Amino acid sequence: MPWRRLAIALLIIAPVLALLAFGFTRDARYITSPLIAKPAAPFTITQFDGRKLTLDDLRGKAVFLNFWASWCPPCRAEAKDLEVAWQQAKDKNMVFLGVALQDTDQNSLEFLKEFNVTYPNGKDESGKIAVDYGTWGIPESFFIDPQGRITYKHVGGIRAALVITKLEEAAKGIVSAQEGKGDYQPIR
Amino acid sequence: MTATLGHSSILLAFLIALSGIVMPFIAARTGEDRYLSIARYAILGQFALVTFAAFALIYGLISTDFSIKYVAFNTTRATPIYYRVTGLWGALEGSLLLWEWVLIIFAGITAWIYRDRHRDMMPWVIMIFSIVSAFFLGVIGFLSNPFETMSPVPLDGRGLNPLLEDANMMTHPPLLYTGFVGLTVPFAFAMAALIVGKLDEAWILSTRRWTIIAWFFLTAGNLVGAWWSYHVLGWGGYWAWDPVENAAFMPWLPATAFLHSIQVQERRRMLKVWNLSLIIVAFSLTIFGTFLTRSGILSSIHAFSSGPVGGFFLGFLAFILVGSFGLLAYRADLLKEQPELDSMVSRESAFVLNNIVLVSALFTIFLGTIFPLLSEAVAGVQVSVGAPYFNSVTVPLFLFLVFLMAMGPMIAWRRASWDNLKRNFLWPAAAALLLGLGLFIWKVREFLPLLGFTLLAFVAFTILYDTALALRARRRIAGEGILRGLISLARRNQRRYGGLTVHLGVVLIIMGIAGSMSYSIEREATMALKQQLQVGNYQIQFEGLKGSRQPTHFRVEGAFRVFHNGKNEGILNPALKFFPTQQSPIGRAVHQSSLSEDIYLILSGFSDLDRNQATLKVLVRPLVIWMWIGGFVIALGTLICIAPIGKPVQQES
Repeated sequence: MPWRRLAIALLIIAPVLALLAFGFTRDARYITSPLIAKPAAPFTITQFDGRKLTLDDLRGKAVFLNFWASWCPPCRAEAKDLEVAWQQAKDKNMVFLGVALQDTDQNSLEFLKEFNVTYPNGKDESGKIAVDYGTWGIPESFFIDPQGRITYKHVGGIRAALVITKLEEAAKGIVSAQEGKGDYQPIR
Repeated sequence: MTATLGHSSILLAFLIALSGIVMPFIAARTGEDRYLSIARYAILGQFALVTFAAFALIYGLISTDFSIKYVAFNTTRATPIYYRVTGLWGALEGSLLLWEWVLIIFAGITAWIYRDRHRDMMPWVIMIFSIVSAFFLGVIGFLSNPFETMSPVPLDGRGLNPLLEDANMMTHPPLLYTGFVGLTVPFAFAMAALIVGKLDEAWILSTRRWTIIAWFFLTAGNLVGAWWSYHVLGWGGYWAWDPVENAAFMPWLPATAFLHSIQVQERRRMLKVWNLSLIIVAFSLTIFGTFLTRSGILSSIHAFSSGPVGGFFLGFLAFILVGSFGLLAYRADLLKEQPELDSMVSRESAFVLNNIVLVSALFTIFLGTIFPLLSEAVAGVQVSVGAPYFNSVTVPLFLFLVFLMAMGPMIAWRRASWDNLKRNFLWPAAAALLLGLGLFIWKVREFLPLLGFTLLAFVAFTILYDTALALRARRRIAGEGILRGLISLARRNQRRYGGLTVHLGVVLIIMGIAGSMSYSIEREATMALKQQLQVGNYQIQFEGLKGSRQPTHFRVEGAFRVFHNGKNEGILNPALKFFPTQQSPIGRAVHQSSLSEDIYLILSGFSDLDRNQATLKVLVRPLVIWMWIGGFVIALGTLICIAPIGKPVQQES
């Protein structure tokens, strides 16, 4: 007799546990960005050298926009690749722009020096740019076409080859159907 | 050094916990007491080692020993000393250690108090404690080690999440953990009773006080959490139905149900299986809460770090549920022969209804919480349900509960007579209806608030009326005045008057919730210097901004003069705090409370260019203060229930 009761109890417990276990197969915070194929939110950023840069100024070029922080290991991992990609892309009507998040100026500058980063970088002072782009994990990269539309988004570390491929697509205005995903660090 | 000592004492405690699991089996098999004393010493040993480890981590935090990763991530050199100590529960690893520490303290006290009683059950009680303790020690020792070291040693730490830099963070997590862990005591006794097969009322009588204590800490933990949310998070609310809040609240529901239904079992030997199930569910929900918080399977505003521990908590949850319900099924034959309800109009049926309502509330909140998972598993789309769902399903349930709160304590056991009903409820009901009518004429016209306030008044009036009758009797018998009479009533029947006081506290809390939910006013405006903003009966005048450098952040503070009905009430200074490592500024809202309403100011923005301009959000929230007052009344009631002030007298019926 106890077995029947036990079976009933298990019948109730098992689906709940299974559902919770199912939770592990997905990332609750990973929601497909509605920004792809939409115009990129405009912003003005102060670069570390003090000059101001506005996204609108880059109209007509394919833009690679990268959010990072010095304390984020996957950002370190991709830093060299990004510089390599920049060296290949800089003469092709393509622009790179790094945006430092939740970081101190000193640490950001040390990071840029450590990886010999030569493309423009600035700091998202109020965090507004990150909010506009729906950033939740870094590094996070956006590709913007010459008309100012977002064509591709990549959460987490990205490799040089993919940066070049997606930038070339962006230059032609090709919008990717899906986002990419690599190793990332959540932000607060 | 600190790290090594701390970590090794955790590992050693883990081994001792394992022996605490095995020894009761040997003791039961051989019947030799010395194995049992080994098990008892195992608890003592764990207590000593875990305490040592906790102090090691606290020492590391205070001395800013950044070679320990946890310290580096949760303090900085600039962190004031009290926030260094509260860093113990500022992140996952330390919170688990705190949990384990509280658990083992409870286990130690239990083992000590019952050293000469319940000789058949105690080995198993100790075993259950050791199982739970071994699980936590295993997680702390092997998966989520607070003593993990870091090399190279950083020069300064990253610091506590700034939101946690608040005095309430000293109290909120420890209170909540004490509540969670406190439920382990009745759970352990319930399991021991099932294992031994001694399913009379002994386990319930022994753990009643423990359950009350755990219940009180759960209540207090949730209330302080609400208070923290209200005055720190700066959005003017105290409850958002966020998964993590729900996780903290859910165990409260079966625990409350349990406190009521065990009275039915005590009196009428009914509901045995139900009570066992309730305590299993309540305990499981404490583990579920930690799982939910730490697994990251649901997105929450409480951005906790997730790690590998989620899976282990799920495994442990499965083990608890299957194990305990398995035991329950195994003993089902011993749990039969329950008498039935004599009448629907009786105290036991009021308690049964109260249980049904509480469990329904639990079910709806649980469903709403895991709904994003459910919808994705079934339909492939993540849909989350927000506050509107929770409010619309729980408000009617809780209103019904308020009604039962009036009926339950006053209605007769077994079968209420017409006389009993008339005597206890006629006048209170009439007075409540009159008050409801008055409210309607005054200005409360919406149905739900009107019903809510009338029912709350009904509860309060039944309690006051009953107490007044009892006081009159005391005066007649012993010539006692009101105060002396109240004291002697409480001493003669602690449970009854403690319980009624708790009910009054709950009435006040629900009154605060109802008032602030239904009648808040909210306005936001950008103001120039000396400009005034009218919100309800308040005028707010902007007096200027000022910036200042604080140890850990930069602070911009606005000065706003508050006039209430034209009377100058002084200046309030809402602020924005800019932390160098934070993406967005953190608001420091301010509020001024009165018994009728709070005025709550949030500095929502200012211009870098024009210091004579600021954007302000103003909320007027009626009756909020009664929630916190209600909390103190509940504390008083709990104290009346459990304090050793009893007077051994024959029960006056």
